[in-house]
Amino acid sequence: MTGILLLEQALNGLQFGLMLFLLASGLTLVFGIMDMINLAHGALYMVGAFLTAWLVQLTQSFWLGVVLAVMLTAVIGMVLEATLLRTLYARDHLSQVLATFALILIINESVRMIWGSDLPLSMPKALSGPVELLPGLRYPSYRLVIIAVGLVIALLLYLMVTRTRMGAWVRAGASNREMAMAMGINIRRLFTGVFGIGAALCAVAGAMLGPLLAVQVGMGENILILAFVVIVIGGIGSVWGAFVGAILVGFVDTVGRTLLPMLFREIFSPQFASAAGPAVASIAVYLLMAVVLFVRPQGLFSGR
Amino acid sequence: MNHKTPFWVWGLVLAGAIALPLFLHARDMDFYVSMLSRMMIYGIAACSLNLILGYGGLVSFGHAAFLGIGAYTVGILITEGVTNGWVGFAIAMGLSALVAAIIGAISLRTRGVYFIMITLAFAQMIYYLVNSIKAYGGDEGLNIKQRSDFGLGLDLKNDVTFYFVVLFVLVLSLVLISRIMASRFGRVILAIRDDDVRVDAIGFASYRYKWVLFVIAGTLGGLAGALMVNHQNYVSPNLMHWTQSGILMVMVILGGVGTLTGGLWGALVLLILEDVLAEYTLHWQFYVGWFLLAVVLLAPKGLAGLLRRKSTRKGGHA
Amino acid sequence: MRFPVIKSLLTVSILAALACAPALAQDKVKIGFVSTLSGPSAALGVDIRDAFMLAVKLNGGKLGGLSADVSISDDQFKPDVGKQLFERYVKRDKVDFLTGVVFSNIMLAGLPEAVNAKTIYLSPNAAPSPIAGAQCTPYFFAVSWPNDAYHEAAGQYATNLKVKSAYLLAPNYQAGKDSLAGFKRFFKGNVSGEVYTKLGELDYSAELAAIRAAKPEVVYTFLPGGMGINFIKQFMAAGLNKDTRLIQPGFGADQDVIRAVGNDMLGVFDTAHWGLDLPNEANKKFVAEFEKEYKRLPTIYAAQGYDTALLIDAAVRAANGKIDDKEALIKTLKTVKFNSVRGDFRFNTNQYPIQNYYLREIVKDGQGRLVNRIVGQPLLVNHGDAYVKDCPMK
Repeated sequence: MTGILLLEQALNGLQFGLMLFLLASGLTLVFGIMDMINLAHGALYMVGAFLTAWLVQLTQSFWLGVVLAVMLTAVIGMVLEATLLRTLYARDHLSQVLATFALILIINESVRMIWGSDLPLSMPKALSGPVELLPGLRYPSYRLVIIAVGLVIALLLYLMVTRTRMGAWVRAGASNREMAMAMGINIRRLFTGVFGIGAALCAVAGAMLGPLLAVQVGMGENILILAFVVIVIGGIGSVWGAFVGAILVGFVDTVGRTLLPMLFREIFSPQFASAAGPAVASIAVYLLMAVVLFVRPQGLFSGR
Repeated sequence: MNHKTPFWVWGLVLAGAIALPLFLHARDMDFYVSMLSRMMIYGIAACSLNLILGYGGLVSFGHAAFLGIGAYTVGILITEGVTNGWVGFAIAMGLSALVAAIIGAISLRTRGVYFIMITLAFAQMIYYLVNSIKAYGGDEGLNIKQRSDFGLGLDLKNDVTFYFVVLFVLVLSLVLISRIMASRFGRVILAIRDDDVRVDAIGFASYRYKWVLFVIAGTLGGLAGALMVNHQNYVSPNLMHWTQSGILMVMVILGGVGTLTGGLWGALVLLILEDVLAEYTLHWQFYVGWFLLAVVLLAPKGLAGLLRRKSTRKGGHA
Repeated sequence: MRFPVIKSLLTVSILAALACAPALAQDKVKIGFVSTLSGPSAALGVDIRDAFMLAVKLNGGKLGGLSADVSISDDQFKPDVGKQLFERYVKRDKVDFLTGVVFSNIMLAGLPEAVNAKTIYLSPNAAPSPIAGAQCTPYFFAVSWPNDAYHEAAGQYATNLKVKSAYLLAPNYQAGKDSLAGFKRFFKGNVSGEVYTKLGELDYSAELAAIRAAKPEVVYTFLPGGMGINFIKQFMAAGLNKDTRLIQPGFGADQDVIRAVGNDMLGVFDTAHWGLDLPNEANKKFVAEFEKEYKRLPTIYAAQGYDTALLIDAAVRAANGKIDDKEALIKTLKTVKFNSVRGDFRFNTNQYPIQNYYLREIVKDGQGRLVNRIVGQPLLVNHGDAYVKDCPMK
């Protein structure tokens, strides 16, 4: 019985971690290459989720809706970059904080004005049942699909960053921007492209998680902070670091949320255990980050 | 940094600040007096952040934690029957100082974005910790039955009296900050902000100076928090959420980083703008967002910079 | 640099002047309505609001003969926002009644403001146990049902079924604690798990894994709004409906959840103090008018919002429009008769209701829609609450 519980929790942790990775990878690239703190990254995740919900309703097809939403969000991201965010690269971090904070407000309210404060989004009918992985473990098939999607994208990203020319430019830009420019890389287009990819990744995460959580205004803020924690742990500018960091955080969070309360319930009252468990789990994530920063201030796999 | 605003202007401002609540009270508009008190409290909080953010050049994303510590300390003490304001506020500020000392000691060893993240991490840890203490409300927050009792015949339940107490604390804080920055300590801080490596080379332990500044800022933040819980008769962990730290930063940047009263103006403008817009539209955050964006793009030095005559000196600090 | 300070001050003053609201008018009944109108649980607040306004509309825009001035605000599911809204309504707008809040934690944050300003709060939903007992106040009326009641009825149902093991789940706040305490009070079997989740939690994968491991006979959850919708969807997706039986309190299986989850809800049993098919005149009119106006079936929340308006109407009428005498108004509210959509209605000494609680089952109605139908005899008859003895009010 406990074996099944652990396995199920491990799968949950993996699923959450992979979605975090989608967000974190875009964030780490933007931060690493453009040296820009983008608080509005979570807002793009929300936009992706809303567009998915809306397009799924329009096209009556889940996957078509997702694909369209991802493309649309990528375009929105690139437009945003080319118009507004580009002017912020040269500015100091404080100005970037203020500007992207303002952007969050604008994007949140725009979404609210267009679609209202939330939209329903259901997983495709075919995936709304469980799959019998082991006798006694019927795991939701949708979550398995999320894990699959996450792993596939991770692989694609890895191939892109290590095997393609664009990937080489990205790595060059991440480790030394001036040198990369001096070598003749078209930095402007690279930046726009990177931002577009980051936005697309956010949209995938938003689309995948939408049916599980709720597509609502403000959904970006909660997950954004974890994404930042992930890239700090993993090392700014490193996609591999984002992957490792995300899986780590995903596991610590999920395992902490369930096993700790179970542990506490043996000793304390159910109400205390239920409160303390998640709190300690959340603290554990930040503690992990603080420890990593202490030991290796640039993160685990920093590109610099 | 010049603040050659002559004394008579400050005197005028102060006179206005004293007259305003009396005027409002006479028109039975006590609600607005309470609103002004809340804005001034945020002003104190923003000014305390400005100490490390503006003058110190340290981008701390966890300042709201100190507000929370101050607020919860006083809130819990009052709930447990310790209603004496002097005791409550002293313990609140002491605790904030202690926590700031610990957080500062660890965080100040990092730089740049890592400093930002680690201050954020600590703030989030404290947030989750407080959230889990169900005995004092947890998620639901803590209602307190009465405000702090300072004796001296002061009934803080009276909105006007409370306003003057807050005003007093605000003036005291501003005087304190201005004194600190005018002292030798302050000049070293400014030098560190410009280039701390150079300062180290000269022989000043920049780390120690930054740490002291951090503790002072945290203490003032705790003071603001103690006032806040009094004002609302309520405190919830939301006060310490990272978005609150973000809002404080926005206030500082809006008003003008590194100016004495920048935090105060930023707080006033942002909060008044929010309240005014909320009257007219549900989507006030949209307009506030555009306003902030305009400030970033058009007024790089915040509102204070906008209103200052264009300096002949180029560049300058963030 | 004198100018920056003066200019700053001018800017601030101008903005402040704009913030001052115009003076108020008399001879109407002013109502401050604060509810959760955004976020995943918005459907609840929207239902209360829609039903309340429907009652006002059906009454010609009046309550008790006075023109009704209802000001509506969104608490955004945040206690501090709710508290500020309460403060604004009682201090600045000086409303006659406050109402609307869905969630207990938000109501508890705002209630002190109402009590301090001697403004009556009529709750169309949140009715937590502390206010029923030792902390009762004459300024609070629960027009819905004591927080424990649905859960007590559900516990009684589980006992009637001779269930041996039950796994309980609720969010970690006052209403959550009340709910499981209520269930346990009437459930005579064994509680194999009692878990409190984070308020607002939307991903229950972890909790569902634990339930799977515990293998209980019955799972009972109190998860209002978006929380419940997500839980049930994920419960079904994990195949747990094959392993264990889900019992719900009424709102966990009401129209908003049915709309969101769909046909998987067929056959779920739940408990409530009201149902679409309660056979009294007021209810028949209410359901018909609500469906006509809003093109959807009302939930329990709507029924409570409607009743709140009816109560205000009856009380103000009985007081002949003299609503400034709060003490007299409170006495009137306690005893006034009105045609509630739930049939018989009366207040206990602690100003919480005494009423029946029924078992409901989700079935398909004549038009193929999924609805709750009342089944069998009431589970609890003329039932008050367990805390009334702690309340000093008589």
